[in-house]
Amino acid sequence: MMYLYIVAGLAILASFLADRKRTLKAVKIAAKRFVNILPAFLTMIILVSIILFLIPDEVISNYLAGSNKFIGVIFASFFGSITLMPGFIAFPLSGILLEKGVAYMVLAAFTTTLMMVGILTAPIEKAYFGMKVTIIRNVMSLFIALIVTVMIGIFFGEIF
Amino acid sequence: MKRNDIIKIAGISGYFLFLIISLMVGFNPGKEIGYNFGSFSLDMLKILPGAFLLIGLFEVWVKRETIEKHFGEASGVRGYIWAVLLAGITVGGLYVAFPVAYSLYGKGAKLSVIFTYMGAAAICRVPMTIFEASFLGIKFTVIRLLVSLPLVIVASILLGNYLTKRNYKIMAGK
Repeated sequence: MMYLYIVAGLAILASFLADRKRTLKAVKIAAKRFVNILPAFLTMIILVSIILFLIPDEVISNYLAGSNKFIGVIFASFFGSITLMPGFIAFPLSGILLEKGVAYMVLAAFTTTLMMVGILTAPIEKAYFGMKVTIIRNVMSLFIALIVTVMIGIFFGEIF
Repeated sequence: MKRNDIIKIAGISGYFLFLIISLMVGFNPGKEIGYNFGSFSLDMLKILPGAFLLIGLFEVWVKRETIEKHFGEASGVRGYIWAVLLAGITVGGLYVAFPVAYSLYGKGAKLSVIFTYMGAAAICRVPMTIFEASFLGIKFTVIRLLVSLPLVIVASILLGNYLTKRNYKIMAGK
């Protein structure tokens, strides 16, 4: 995250030295776009705050660790799709589950849907690209995640 | 549209009212949700201003022809390669990729390329990938990338072509 601000800071500085007026315009565009999309972000954050309360990490761990691997995959895709979790929480959690003996394919289903399928980010996606594209892209992503899961299962010898 | 807005505003007001009342009477679920709201908002506020500043600079400095050439109809395979590389250095996640993709599209990038960018931003951001490999092993990460990235590109081309045929235009003025 640090490098984002180093890059943004240097870019703003360079831009300012090159052309003050343009830089001011850039900042205005940035502010306007940010404010315009804020309601969608607010919706997302509200949904996240409720979902995180209803489905805390421990619940996810229990479901993924407590079932056989095929049912685990179904739970994992479900939780991965409806929650939103930064990588620095999701991967350590997966690491712990792995040590507990949870199958790689369950973790693949969980992490891949977490990355690709965004029901909670849908308000933002919809604001930019419309409902139809949002639905199609998320359904496609779910299928891709399931294919990844199967391939992981095959390569780690969990299916055959 | 107007009615939807009213429902939305009512919902959001209700949510905050619930948080405030929970805080006053010490209702634990409400306090926890409030805490989640605060910490997640903070996470967003750490990333979004920087991301949107870069988008603003992109809008005023990058020429339309440049994006058309490298990400547009004539870009061919190169457009997808650029999309994946750009995705690799994207921070945050999909919620940052959406406004970036929207800007690229506005400057003449083609649909299949921006879908590739969004998909790739979900699965192959470099810091995240390294982090993943350190917890789940390199074998896991390599298989995941080698399977998902080609599928993302193929799905993006299919979706892009389908929407182009349907004369789909991204119209949001956000």
